[in-house]
Amino acid sequence: MHPAKSVIFFTTASGAGYGLLALLIAGNIFGLIPAQFWLAFIGYAVSYVLITGGLLSSTFHLGHPERAWRALTQWRSSWLSREGVMAILTFIPTGLYALHQLFFPEMMQGIMGLLGVVGVICAIVTVYCTAMIYASLKPIHAWSNNYVPAGYLLLALMSGLLLLNSLLALWGFATASLQLVTLLVLGVALGWKITYWRFLDSSKSISTPESATGLGEFGAVKLFEAPHTEANYLMKEMGFKIARKHSAKLRLITLLAGFIAPILLIILGLFLGTVGSGVLMMLAVISAAIGLVTERWLFFAEARHTVGLYYGAPHA
Amino acid sequence: MTSLPTTPSKKKLGLVIDLDICVGCHACAVNCKEWNTGGHSAPLTDTDPYGADPTGVWFNRIHSFEVENEDTGGRTVHFPKSCLHCDDAPCVTVCPTGASYKREEDGIVLVNADHCIGCKLCSWACPYGAREYDEDAGVMKKCTLCVDKIYNPNLPEESRVPACVSTCPVGARSFGDLGDPDSDVSKLVAKRSGYDLMPEQECKPTNKYLPPRPKKLGNDAPPPELAPVADSSAGVIARWVDKFLSA
Ligand code: SF4
Ligand code: SF4
Ligand code: SF4
Repeated sequence: MHPAKSVIFFTTASGAGYGLLALLIAGNIFGLIPAQFWLAFIGYAVSYVLITGGLLSSTFHLGHPERAWRALTQWRSSWLSREGVMAILTFIPTGLYALHQLFFPEMMQGIMGLLGVVGVICAIVTVYCTAMIYASLKPIHAWSNNYVPAGYLLLALMSGLLLLNSLLALWGFATASLQLVTLLVLGVALGWKITYWRFLDSSKSISTPESATGLGEFGAVKLFEAPHTEANYLMKEMGFKIARKHSAKLRLITLLAGFIAPILLIILGLFLGTVGSGVLMMLAVISAAIGLVTERWLFFAEARHTVGLYYGAPHA
Repeated sequence: MTSLPTTPSKKKLGLVIDLDICVGCHACAVNCKEWNTGGHSAPLTDTDPYGADPTGVWFNRIHSFEVENEDTGGRTVHFPKSCLHCDDAPCVTVCPTGASYKREEDGIVLVNADHCIGCKLCSWACPYGAREYDEDAGVMKKCTLCVDKIYNPNLPEESRVPACVSTCPVGARSFGDLGDPDSDVSKLVAKRSGYDLMPEQECKPTNKYLPPRPKKLGNDAPPPELAPVADSSAGVIARWVDKFLSA
């Protein structure tokens, strides 16, 4: 599948934004994050910039961005529509909770706690909807499986945790326990990514050139002549191919920058003082950002669509 | 509304494509383009048509496949493909805007170009590659089953069939109601064991394909010797013609 920059940026940025937002609210509800005005303010600002930036960028690849509001109408059947609706709904409880926490912390504590919980759930559901847009597409073997929603949720949590840790470190509140949790999530996410690639390399779509043409009973089916000499929309959009050696290199970058470097940096930080660990945390965030963008690029580039079977692909 | 019709239509208009007959001449693709560039989803934009990288919107494309078999030898099969107007059309249900819809009255799948935001998701959801993005208009387009031709009261009755069907020089394409078991197309499908493409994708396509007939095998004898057209008892002109032709 063609890796569109706007969609890669949207899914990674908004995932990190929702992760951080949910963690900030949950952390405040349970009193795990020190009540410090600027820490919370910058934290919420970063989440909303990532979320809104992502959402806006996702409209850039539309043919008619001015009609984007129509995408909110078909939530009964379409995961893309559900995602749009949830993204907007999530602003309400989380926004009210953030305003409450920042400016009116004394008011309506009980109700606000409940609103916070609703906000956290909304953020999780929104990320889930994003993942389901892909996971619900049956013609794409790499996407229509349970690894995909699990991965989107896991990576959102992971990038949220990394952001939260560096904010805490900047304010001198770094805690070893939260860093250990982050290490654990990084480890699980790394394991998930390796398992996913194993799955991708060892399995393929149930559809074949034989089933695509229905000619299997006569023998092995191979494309003899494409419908035309030039590439068409289908081949550019769905037939995007990446050379094996490139994907191997990019997978390595994903593993090193996305997971292993942040793990090492955090472990190193545990032994250094607050200032040192703050700098290392920032480095971990930058490294993870590079890794996760590469991961998302590969998520598209490595995915094969059944339409390729009509254009000479031996499998999908 | 991009939910599928709650009461699926009894009428299921669609095409039956005979892979035994198709000669791969691309005439249906050309006439499809010709009709539809002035029809419901007009225009079928071409970008850079005379340049180095021409590309354009086509609703119907003809692939050619080679089928290899050690026992029966290879064979070439020409394979036209357009939208199959699926019963469980995933291109409809994924659409976030309601632009993509399936008609309740006859099962035709269409795009409302005034509502489409050009998100392309429907083209990802169609396993067959039957949707075409128009870069110029910023909207998705697709085979309309010539909805503006098959119901057109200005055309004589016999012309109210899709452009690709009326143009096929060998009659490899048939059009009709596949929801009615007594229609000509349904009978043809039953008689020739017509099948669905990629049934495992569970889209329940309406269009059906008829398999090539088995090759006649065991006829390896050389062609019989040609008999001379004339012998010495023939007349002068006949002998002269014979001499001339066999020179
Ligand atoms: S062939 Fe593709 S575009 Fe046509 S109805 Fe089926 S899924 Fe939709
Ligand atoms: S490209 Fe248009 S028709 Fe297709 S899913 Fe998006 S809005 Fe619907
Ligand atoms: S039915 Fe009409 S639009 Fe569809 S392939 Fe045939 S000519 Fe083209």
